[in-house]
Amino acid sequence: MAPLIEVRDLRFRYEDGTAALNGVDFRLDAGEVVALLGANGSGKTTFVMHLNGLLGAERSESQGSIHVCGMPLNKSNLAAIRRKIGIVFQDSESQLFMPTVLEDVAFGPLNLGCSAAAAAERAQAELARVGMAGAAGRAPYHLSAGEKKRVAIAGILAMDPDILVLDEPTTFLDPPGQRSLADLLRALPQAKILVTHDTAFARSICTRAIFFQSGTIAANGSIGDVVDQFGWDFAPARSSPGH
Amino acid sequence: MHHVVLERWSRRSSPLHRSDPRAKIFVLLVFLIVLATTHRDLLVIACALGGLLMMGIVCSRLPLAGAVGRAAVVLPFSLAFAAVCWLAGDPARGVYLAVKSYLSALAVLLVVSTTPLPLLLRGLEALGAPRFLLMVAQFLYRYLFVISEEAQHMAKAAQSRGATAAGMVGQAARFRAAAGALAVLFARSYGRAGDIHRAMLARGFQGHFETVTALRFRRSDVALAIGGSLAPVALRLAVERLT
Amino acid sequence: MDVLAVPAVIGIARQAQRRFDDSRVPLLGVMGAFVFAAQMINFPAGIGTSAHLLGGALLAFTLGAPAATVVMTAIIAIQALVFQDGGILVLGANILNMAVVGVWSGYLPFRFASAGRWRNAAIFSGGALSVLVSAICALAELRLSGVPAKALGVSAAVFLISAPLEGAITLAVVKALEAIQPGFVRRPEPGRRLHASLLAVGLTAIFLAAVGVLFSSAAPDGIEKLGLVSGIAERARTLVATPFAGYETSFLASSWMRKTSAGLAGLALIYGVCLAIGRVAAARKRSV
Repeated sequence: MAPLIEVRDLRFRYEDGTAALNGVDFRLDAGEVVALLGANGSGKTTFVMHLNGLLGAERSESQGSIHVCGMPLNKSNLAAIRRKIGIVFQDSESQLFMPTVLEDVAFGPLNLGCSAAAAAERAQAELARVGMAGAAGRAPYHLSAGEKKRVAIAGILAMDPDILVLDEPTTFLDPPGQRSLADLLRALPQAKILVTHDTAFARSICTRAIFFQSGTIAANGSIGDVVDQFGWDFAPARSSPGH
Repeated sequence: MHHVVLERWSRRSSPLHRSDPRAKIFVLLVFLIVLATTHRDLLVIACALGGLLMMGIVCSRLPLAGAVGRAAVVLPFSLAFAAVCWLAGDPARGVYLAVKSYLSALAVLLVVSTTPLPLLLRGLEALGAPRFLLMVAQFLYRYLFVISEEAQHMAKAAQSRGATAAGMVGQAARFRAAAGALAVLFARSYGRAGDIHRAMLARGFQGHFETVTALRFRRSDVALAIGGSLAPVALRLAVERLT
Repeated sequence: MDVLAVPAVIGIARQAQRRFDDSRVPLLGVMGAFVFAAQMINFPAGIGTSAHLLGGALLAFTLGAPAATVVMTAIIAIQALVFQDGGILVLGANILNMAVVGVWSGYLPFRFASAGRWRNAAIFSGGALSVLVSAICALAELRLSGVPAKALGVSAAVFLISAPLEGAITLAVVKALEAIQPGFVRRPEPGRRLHASLLAVGLTAIFLAAVGVLFSSAAPDGIEKLGLVSGIAERARTLVATPFAGYETSFLASSWMRKTSAGLAGLALIYGVCLAIGRVAAARKRSV
């Protein structure tokens, strides 16, 4: 079965010369939910931005190869690849940039060439799928963090992608919000990549985990194993205060 | 806050709310031209025009006292100028100024309170305003409150960190602190613009915004356009004829 | 004054459509929101008063003058529509004065002296000029429409305070910006000599005409009235910050038809400058 994403020896340097990715090999198959763990600055977000060409598609600072759904990532394939991979960014406020929810969710389909009516219909369907039917006329500024995240996901789903990438999705969510996000993600059939610090959240939905360290992948296995290997859990102190 | 209230009002329902924005803008333009070019019998005509506006407010099911009061936000400035004119020996000019600026503000308030801003911008585009400019205004409005909130937080933080030294030294330190706060706000806004652009690219943006809402002119809109534009003209002619 | 607005907006639209595709919309929109939000940060300005950034010059230094013009226009429009500052009748005048003349006159010193030892002076004077020139234009327009010179004298004195304040604030913010990241303040492109000198000539002409008209009648009265300034200055600092709502040129609309010769000459000059800028910039673009 062909992998959805195949990355070989990806290397990337920023303009000032600092190396951000030092030879990353990665593979994503259909149905997988992969957690990307690692310290801040270890390269997780940089890696993920390469997958749809936001980084590295033009500049010569990137080396290595990326294949998405069998297509090599280059300038001519960018549009097609951006249909296949949808990224839900950490800050929903910057992702919902249109004046109303409906216009925002319809943004993707319109760019793909749908007519206004078809795009609006698509948008309503996806809003219903994420549980935000009826929010079409609202302004994004007035939504709660959880509602914004749902609308952002709807905007991505409206492009009918095969792969969902979520960058720190639980950042602004309270526990009930985190739970309902987990439920929503479990109900979606797409393969998923989850960049997160929230190991509990990752454990509840991920099938596999990858640990980034200094721009390379230091471990690749089950969540429990990876977390234990790097002590990546906020474990309660063994001794209580005062001892 | 003022704009929050207006935005809430603009989402209500009434015959005027449901009208096409182009009709409302056209009527507003005629009204403003009639108002601006009146110099004979201004006070009487102003009363008539004011009555027309109040009818509009009532038809829109907006709170009359609230609307009349909110338009008065313009008064401090015009009254200051009126005072200056009075001191300079030309009180009539000052009074005329105050009356005209109040009525024009009330007219604009009526239109803005019955039309959500993005729809209003769409109407302006259909009437010939340059698209690029309107899109910039749309994004400006979308992020106006987001960035203002950030600025408020920074202002408070700068204040609490502000120099307690008195006199020139304290002033200079506070000046520099304010400049620093503005610079940080600038950088964050700039960064946010980058985030927005990336989010647009990730959803297939090809360099041109498409619209999802279509404007449709109905018979009631035609009636509004004709009736609403004839009314101020007729009133003015009638007053000028009778006096 | 809306008669003037048409060529002004056409000029802006032509510039915008030519140079930018929609990709720049988010940046310009967000920086416009920044300018609004910047009102909340107060700069101490002596004797218990405070001022805030107006922004035309800063936008010009960081986004370039054409983009700054578009942003200022959007700001003025939103201010009139959403905040009802009463400026709807003078929208055209405000756009011309602040977004076009103000931005470009603030940009000029920077354009010519952005590097080297005159840099700080260029930034300061850019900020000051953006306020001063747009104020003088507004006052000149009012004078042309018959507002008594005494009334204008007071306002002129106010602007003499606000202009250097804007210069100081702009300079302080630019310095702070460069400490964060040097790339924000751009280097003006070299080689656009023709464009810039044409602009300089046009603006000088407007400036001289306006100043001449104004000071020939207002100067002695203005100084007399300075006693009122400290009281009105406090109120008027906010006056300066919002597009000059108090400067009602509805008078102009009714009376310029009477004062045709003086009025039309001034209008024609400004219209011509807008057109010329548009043509030259288009020619530049084609040849690049």
